[in-house]
Amino acid sequence: MAKVSLQGVKKNYGSIRVIHGVDIEIKDGEFIVIVGPSGCGKSTLLRMIAGLEAITEGSIGIGDRVVNDIEPRDRDIAMVFQNYALYPHMSVFENISYGLRIRGMSKADIQKRVDRAADILQLQPYLQRRPRELSGGQRQRVAMGRAIVREPSVFLFDEPLSNLDAKLRVQMRLEIKRLHQQLGVTSIYVTHDQVEAMTLADRLIVMNQGRAEQIGSPAEVYSNPATTYVGGFIGSPPMNFVPCKVEAGQAVLDDGTSLALPERLRGTPAGAYILGIRPENMHVAQPGQGAQFTLAVDVAEELGADTLLHGKIAGTDVVVRLPSTAGFHDNSRPSLVADMAQVHLYDRESGRNIH
Amino acid sequence: MEKRVVFQNRFLPYLLVAPQIAITLVFFFWPASQAVVQSVLREDAFGTTSYFVGLENFQLLFEDEYYANSFKVTALFSTLVAVLGLSISLLLAVTADRLIRGTMVYKTLLIWPYAVAPAVAGALWGFVFLPGPGVFAWLLGQMGVNWNFHLNGNQAMFVIVVAATWKQISYNFLFFLAGLQAIPKSLIEAAAIDGAGPFRRFWTIVFPLLSPTLFFLIVVNVVYAFFETFGVVHSLTRGGPAKSTEILVYKVWYDGFEAQDLGGSAAQSVILMAIVIGLTVVQFRYIERKVHY
Ligand SMILES: Nc1ncnc2c1ncn2[C@@H]1O[C@H](COP(=O)(O)OP(=O)(O)OP(=O)(O)O)[C@@H](O)[C@H]1O
Ligand SMILES: [Mg+2]
Repeated sequence: MAKVSLQGVKKNYGSIRVIHGVDIEIKDGEFIVIVGPSGCGKSTLLRMIAGLEAITEGSIGIGDRVVNDIEPRDRDIAMVFQNYALYPHMSVFENISYGLRIRGMSKADIQKRVDRAADILQLQPYLQRRPRELSGGQRQRVAMGRAIVREPSVFLFDEPLSNLDAKLRVQMRLEIKRLHQQLGVTSIYVTHDQVEAMTLADRLIVMNQGRAEQIGSPAEVYSNPATTYVGGFIGSPPMNFVPCKVEAGQAVLDDGTSLALPERLRGTPAGAYILGIRPENMHVAQPGQGAQFTLAVDVAEELGADTLLHGKIAGTDVVVRLPSTAGFHDNSRPSLVADMAQVHLYDRESGRNIH
Repeated sequence: MEKRVVFQNRFLPYLLVAPQIAITLVFFFWPASQAVVQSVLREDAFGTTSYFVGLENFQLLFEDEYYANSFKVTALFSTLVAVLGLSISLLLAVTADRLIRGTMVYKTLLIWPYAVAPAVAGALWGFVFLPGPGVFAWLLGQMGVNWNFHLNGNQAMFVIVVAATWKQISYNFLFFLAGLQAIPKSLIEAAAIDGAGPFRRFWTIVFPLLSPTLFFLIVVNVVYAFFETFGVVHSLTRGGPAKSTEILVYKVWYDGFEAQDLGGSAAQSVILMAIVIGLTVVQFRYIERKVHY
């Protein structure tokens, strides 16, 4: 086990700048998820940690060493690839033990380690099979097995579940979490799936076009997004953003609706901002409470316990999540209040959160 | 899903394949059947009449020490061509696979030899190896080696092996390169993380995954060395000196057209046909078992 530190890590492919400088100190045993849309540089960052891509600028440390110039095999890491990268001409046993054989471990020790990994991953019945004789989920487990027998100090995962069907993905997600609790090895996990990110991570790195937009625990990132980008990316449906003007402790929407800002935002200088509010932070106005605004519902999506109401507030598209028992549907016009303790103000230009 | 073209006209498909069938009949089946017929006949000294001799031509052939020699020469020649050609082209393909820039130039240059006709290839290498003024001969002369492949059988073998291998390298290279590029890069990366160095990765991952390609190429190269190297031999050594480079196809031609022993030559053709059919069967058998690892 080891800590991992990234300092000012940048990556250029020729003149194309892919990673613009990432800094993070990953604690020993921490589970870090790098999340972001396709093409934002998640894999590139992970592959730099693995040593499969050269680092253009900055430094990466694993344990107490700077590993910039150290070969992948000497970094004491193991990686699970998106396509599993199992050796097709070797049996499951040979796949899992490949790294151990190369390191010259004794036959008995290899057997012991493979058996243990196979027990953890329920692979015992398949040890003599070839990868092509396995299902997607089993292959995925073999790839995990190959990583855990090495007993590395860091696990790297590059979208390991994205080739599985939805049900298996949920199941494997749980297994990975369990495995991490059991082994406690520092893990860095890349995904574009925000549910995976939220459920697995001790801390998230939300990436956008080669930058780490926010680094924090899932709860922090969810309830206090650092930028409109993060608020829009994390959460399903995403955070609502409504343009507003702030004057004298009030946020005034384009249609004149005036909302009293909470204590922490009252000192905000007057000007144009964006008001951010999560769909579940708007509620039906109680009798006598005085509605703040009326939502003109366009489409209602019933999800079971909750219903998503799509409509407009002050000319901007928003989504509100209400309990289905509230009984709204297409073309309803519920009167709502916003939970102002949960709103955020963002700069119109930079999209940054104003604290 | 099966993709099928359905022809409205019943005769059109036959018409479309007719040229290919005609060519095969005229240039393959007809001469092949003629060879089989000839192989059991003998002509008189003036070539005017021929009579049936059964398997006597074959019997004579197997008693002929030159024929045995030709077999040995062919075995040595094809082994050398296959082993050298395959190793060199594999090396080149691995290099090309690693190149990031200039790959196109490198590939194009490597493919050129394939476009050169065997006789021309022979002539080219003939210049290089020409005793006296040839570049290679001159270099060896500088090092004090007495070079004359018209007199020295081993040198003659060396020359035809070089020329024949050079021509085949392009073909092998293309297949190896395609094979290498079909291996997912992540396998190599996984092996690198697992701790394997470049050589280890090559021998434990890349090479086994290339083995179907390798097997296919071995058969192709042996067939090439057996049958398609006539032009090279004819333009460089004419089977000499002292029959030291007289490979089987060359002997067929020589016995038939120079020594005028049509029956013996035809018998040799029939044996060669049997060999090529055998090799083809082996190849298809193997390739049909699509999964090799
Ligand atoms: N070898 C390369 N040369 C040039 N650009 C590259 C190269 N490899 C990746 N890129 C670019 O770097 C950016 C980041 O790629 P990367 O693979 O890290 O994305 P990602 O976040 O993992 O995306 P995905 O979710 O689709 O896997 C992309 O815009 C990609 O086009
Ligand atoms: Mg990726």
